[in-house]
Amino acid sequence: MVNGISLMLAESNVEGLARDFGDGGLLAEGAWLIVVVPFVATLAITLFGKRLPWKGAELAVGAVVFALVYGGALLLTSWFGDGIVHEGSVKIGEFGGFEVEWGWVVDGLSSMMFFVVGLVSTACFVYAVGYMKGEVRWTAFFASFTLFAGAMLMLVSAANLIQLLIGWELVGVSSYLLIGHYWEEKENSSAAIKAFIVNKIADVGLVIGIIIAAITVGTFSISEIIQRVVESDSELDDVAAIIALLLFVGAMGKSAQFPLHVWLPDAMAGPTPVSALMHAATMVTAGVYLVARMFPLFHEMAPGVLDLVLIIGTITLVIAGLLAIVQDDIKRVLAYSTLSQLGYMTAALGAGAYTAGLFHLFTHAFFKSLLFLGAGSVIHAVHSNNMSDMGGLRKYMPRTFWTFIIGSLALAGIAPLAGFFSKDEILASFNEANQPIVLLLGLVTAFITALYMARAVFLTFFGEYKGQGSPHESPAIMTVPMMVLAGFAVVAGLFNVPGQIGAFNEWVSTRFVETVGASEFLGEHATSFDVPVLLLGLLAGLAGIYLGYRLYYPDAATQKERDRLYVRGLWPVLENKYYIDDLYMEGVVNPIKGPIARFIDWTNSYIIDYVVNLVGMFTRVVGKVVYGVLDQRGIDLAINEVSAGAGFLGGKLRYIQTGKIQQYATWLFLGAVALVIGFWIKVT
Amino acid sequence: MEWFDNGWGLSLVVFLPLVGALALLAVPKDEEDTAKWVALLTASASLFFAIVAAFRFDYGDAGTFQLGTVKEWIPAIGSNFEIGIDGISLPLLVLSTAIVVLSIVYSWDHWPEPHNPKGFLILILFLATGMAGTFVALDLVLFFVMFELVLLPMYFMIGIWGDKTKMKLPGFNHEVETRLYASIKFFLFTLFGSAFMLLGFLALNFRGGTFSIPELTALGANGAFTGTFAFLVFGALFLGFAVKVPMWPFHTWLPDAHTAAPTVGSVLLAAILLKLGSYGFIRISIPILPNEARDWAPAIAILAVIAIIYGSLACLAQKDMKRLIAFSSVGHMGFVMLGIATLTPVGITAAVIGMVAHGVITGMLFFLAGSMQHRYHTREMARLGGNLKLMPVLGGIFGFTAMASLGLPGLAGFWGEFMALLGSYEPLAGLSLGVFRTAMVVGAIGTVLTAGYLLWMLQRVNLGEPSEEWANHEFHDADRFELVAWVPMLVSILAIGIYPKIITGPANDAVKAMIETAF
Amino acid sequence: MTLSQFLVLSAGLFSIGVYGVLIRRNAVLILLSVEVMLAAVNINLVAFGQYLENTGRFAEGTAASGQVFALFVITVAAAEVGIGLAIVLLIFRNRSSVNVDELDALKW
Repeated sequence: MVNGISLMLAESNVEGLARDFGDGGLLAEGAWLIVVVPFVATLAITLFGKRLPWKGAELAVGAVVFALVYGGALLLTSWFGDGIVHEGSVKIGEFGGFEVEWGWVVDGLSSMMFFVVGLVSTACFVYAVGYMKGEVRWTAFFASFTLFAGAMLMLVSAANLIQLLIGWELVGVSSYLLIGHYWEEKENSSAAIKAFIVNKIADVGLVIGIIIAAITVGTFSISEIIQRVVESDSELDDVAAIIALLLFVGAMGKSAQFPLHVWLPDAMAGPTPVSALMHAATMVTAGVYLVARMFPLFHEMAPGVLDLVLIIGTITLVIAGLLAIVQDDIKRVLAYSTLSQLGYMTAALGAGAYTAGLFHLFTHAFFKSLLFLGAGSVIHAVHSNNMSDMGGLRKYMPRTFWTFIIGSLALAGIAPLAGFFSKDEILASFNEANQPIVLLLGLVTAFITALYMARAVFLTFFGEYKGQGSPHESPAIMTVPMMVLAGFAVVAGLFNVPGQIGAFNEWVSTRFVETVGASEFLGEHATSFDVPVLLLGLLAGLAGIYLGYRLYYPDAATQKERDRLYVRGLWPVLENKYYIDDLYMEGVVNPIKGPIARFIDWTNSYIIDYVVNLVGMFTRVVGKVVYGVLDQRGIDLAINEVSAGAGFLGGKLRYIQTGKIQQYATWLFLGAVALVIGFWIKVT
Repeated sequence: MEWFDNGWGLSLVVFLPLVGALALLAVPKDEEDTAKWVALLTASASLFFAIVAAFRFDYGDAGTFQLGTVKEWIPAIGSNFEIGIDGISLPLLVLSTAIVVLSIVYSWDHWPEPHNPKGFLILILFLATGMAGTFVALDLVLFFVMFELVLLPMYFMIGIWGDKTKMKLPGFNHEVETRLYASIKFFLFTLFGSAFMLLGFLALNFRGGTFSIPELTALGANGAFTGTFAFLVFGALFLGFAVKVPMWPFHTWLPDAHTAAPTVGSVLLAAILLKLGSYGFIRISIPILPNEARDWAPAIAILAVIAIIYGSLACLAQKDMKRLIAFSSVGHMGFVMLGIATLTPVGITAAVIGMVAHGVITGMLFFLAGSMQHRYHTREMARLGGNLKLMPVLGGIFGFTAMASLGLPGLAGFWGEFMALLGSYEPLAGLSLGVFRTAMVVGAIGTVLTAGYLLWMLQRVNLGEPSEEWANHEFHDADRFELVAWVPMLVSILAIGIYPKIITGPANDAVKAMIETAF
Repeated sequence: MTLSQFLVLSAGLFSIGVYGVLIRRNAVLILLSVEVMLAAVNINLVAFGQYLENTGRFAEGTAASGQVFALFVITVAAAEVGIGLAIVLLIFRNRSSVNVDELDALKW
């Protein structure tokens, strides 16, 4: 906070900045290390991880711990100081008039993300050291895992859209590597491909959105684009809706919003620490982060797209919540729950509640990773993903049980855990935005959330054990990270108690709070609780838990829940995931892979190549005709005939040559006579 | 180093391999080691001088031709030995000389049947001269000679060392030996285009009075070539270059040639030979005939996106790994041509980096496919599987290269694709926005298909459990010759991806200067 | 005497010579007949020479050229007969005959 005004704000011409920001000093200038260290670690693990004592895991853990410490330091500096806004960059290429830079931006939003990614990654990495013991390809796993975290940090730190895209796709590819970690099974590699391709489809939108934005503004720099938004640049305004729409398409892929949500449940094929990290911090939050990062563009220039964001988010939160009720695989329950919670975040952003959306991202990261790690711990113990093989684990795994309970309650939005505050704020923002239908659906889904989490808890931890062997508590290396996360799941909500503590609001708002007119979308939420909504939300959660208790607690041993809660007509649809996967496979993927690709190949062989071969054949036939008819029987024949004629004639004429001189003389004489006669006639 | 800058350096780069080839003629056939060393040394010397040239190159002035010379060559037709490099040809020159060295290293222990290293190496060295010569030639006749010089060695390489199995021509009752069919198809197809190209060159000479590319460029920028004449000349050049690229629908020689060719032949074909076509567009067609380029650009863009989609879809139907990679080349070169068609600095710089990236990546893929064929004795993907388990290093490199090929950001392939799309959102003023923006969207969709077939290929070849056929088979993982040949390529894939300025630094200035003069 | 008388004599002699060349078989006689023809030609040359001189049609310095030609012809004829008789002699030695009908080795 030397001169108090950030790089970006210094360039802005907006008058009356009410707030000064620190520049973060050396700490912010060196923030590129957060990104570089994991990438270097990835490379190092790949090249010589196998020769290290822990086969590369130490480098991986070290890299994320570094990110955590650095991110934490930035966050604290930002919190206790005046906030940080810093941008640094290195030029890495130029294309025509476009300069491509690798840049890093340090502000509240990215600091918060650094911290979340760092913390959740550290927990998951340490956990993975225990979880992956004895699993195949340890070193490769940690290399990909580190890349995953590094890619997310790259995305989060991006100062320009192209770097954001790089991080974005690297997140995609490392998720591909991790989901397909057990690639001996075709199912797993197919799930990995599915995740990658669905993301790639969404990336088409992102790529085109970035292109349009870059061409319109003339640079990839995010702050430059935001600056144009602030200046109400008319050129940008013309295409802002398209840009926002396309960027959101990209976000829909990464954040698994309907109808591009299909990859996320399948992504459970990866090892559980991967699921935990992916669902909490490193992948699915990317879409939300993108919308948040570009929020002024959405908010100021593309309100229509923001409505679409709201609609998509709402659809996702409802349909995914319903799907979670019917799953038997505990990880799938959590996966659909993630989808549903992402729907909340997206819908919150769509409703204009910037802070609420990000806050839910923040709290959700802790309790969802906690839940996944807990599920992993259970799976580790019973060697099955299915809740029908579990039950009664409370007695065998107390630490897992209690941390899981904390995570579940936080997710269900029970006060005073983290989820309560963030979910309440989202519901309040729906109310604020005058969206009664969305509010209603949000409350219903809060009820559903509590229901499916209660179901998962009762089926897993209560009743009698139904699986094979005797389960046991996981080692400390796995349970300690869970406890740390449980701690955050308890207290994270307190960072943003309306009217009391506003730290979170300040963190994430630093970047453009003053430039865009904060009150429009940031200011009003934080002053007080929306008490009726708060009570309704809490009630919905409690009701869900109660219903879950009534339905599943008594039957936890016999596993008859299907009969208890079976809605004819709805359940088959849910069990088939609304037939969306089938639609994609049968309607799009298989036709392209099968008939269409074969048709194209057929045209290549039988049309284009046929023509080529035909030309070749034709030329050969013409050649044969030219040789056989024209040459051999035409020109050559004529030549031969002429010479033969000459020979024939000679044969006839040679008889004149008798060798008798007197005959020759006679001819000579006659010739002379003829000449004389000729002359004579001529003369007369 | 005065002598070096006066054209001697570039001449050494171009003609040292030729000298090596002639020297090899004197080496007895049985002394294979001598032959290998002679070839390696001359090719390495050529690479060394290319690198020296890169250091002598004045990057502040990348838009003008440097390190060159003009010497009288064939006065009777007014053709000179005119050479020189600018920021566009420099990366390609270094690439081509480097790939030749790596090919020789790779071949060290991997001789395709019928063996005969001497003959094979002579062909490689001839190719080296032709390829490097094309990139430094600044005279149309010299360019043509060099352009055609690569044909014969490649023809013999495919025809003699190629795939001996029989194949049935689709739609005909003929059965021919694959290598013969492929080599003849390659030769005739290219020659067909070249004939028109030569006509175009002659026409330019008759109208412009010179064969010198810089002089013709100056004439072209001043509007010396117009009307039907110029339109036809551009069309003739287009045919010549489009076959070489290859653009849809002139691409069908490519899968056959690649499938039949020996590994090194495929590598050189993919890495360098295809670039001769796109380089021709950038060096000759556009600067000399800018107005016609503008007329033809939408058509080129349309053909380019057709190639992207068509190539990708065709890949999805392939059963043969090399054929799949060959079709992927069609798609990738589609991006290069899309970039060129935009006629903007962004697009053409993207094309240059795309050419280099494709050279390294697809060259690498063909190396890998060749090595796998060497071990499995089949290219049929249905019979493979679990490669990553059988050969972790080879499989890992294969995965990495496939990721690079699908345009993963941070690796070389990304920049060419992304920037070509960026360029086509806003092509040169006056070009149809509708066509180019549609092309952009379609091309972006093509990247999805690209990812699809490459991941599918990985799934079929690399992942899963090894089939029973191979499960108990002992395989040797990547050997040292392979690694020595591959590591530089892998490093450059990563380096270009992280720091594209290696290529765009010189290329961008040169392209900007070129576009400024032309339009 | 008029020119035509000489010409008639010459034509007669020539015809006799031709007759002899065409009819006689003996090579010596053929040579003789050739001499007769040459004599006829000589008569012609002399007669025309005198005629032209009498009518004054010679250009300056070309007088008596007909006679000179005749002398040339006589000389050449002498040489010709010399060679011809030598050939005939050699033929006779080889074949014991100078009958030209039998000398047809140069036929087809």
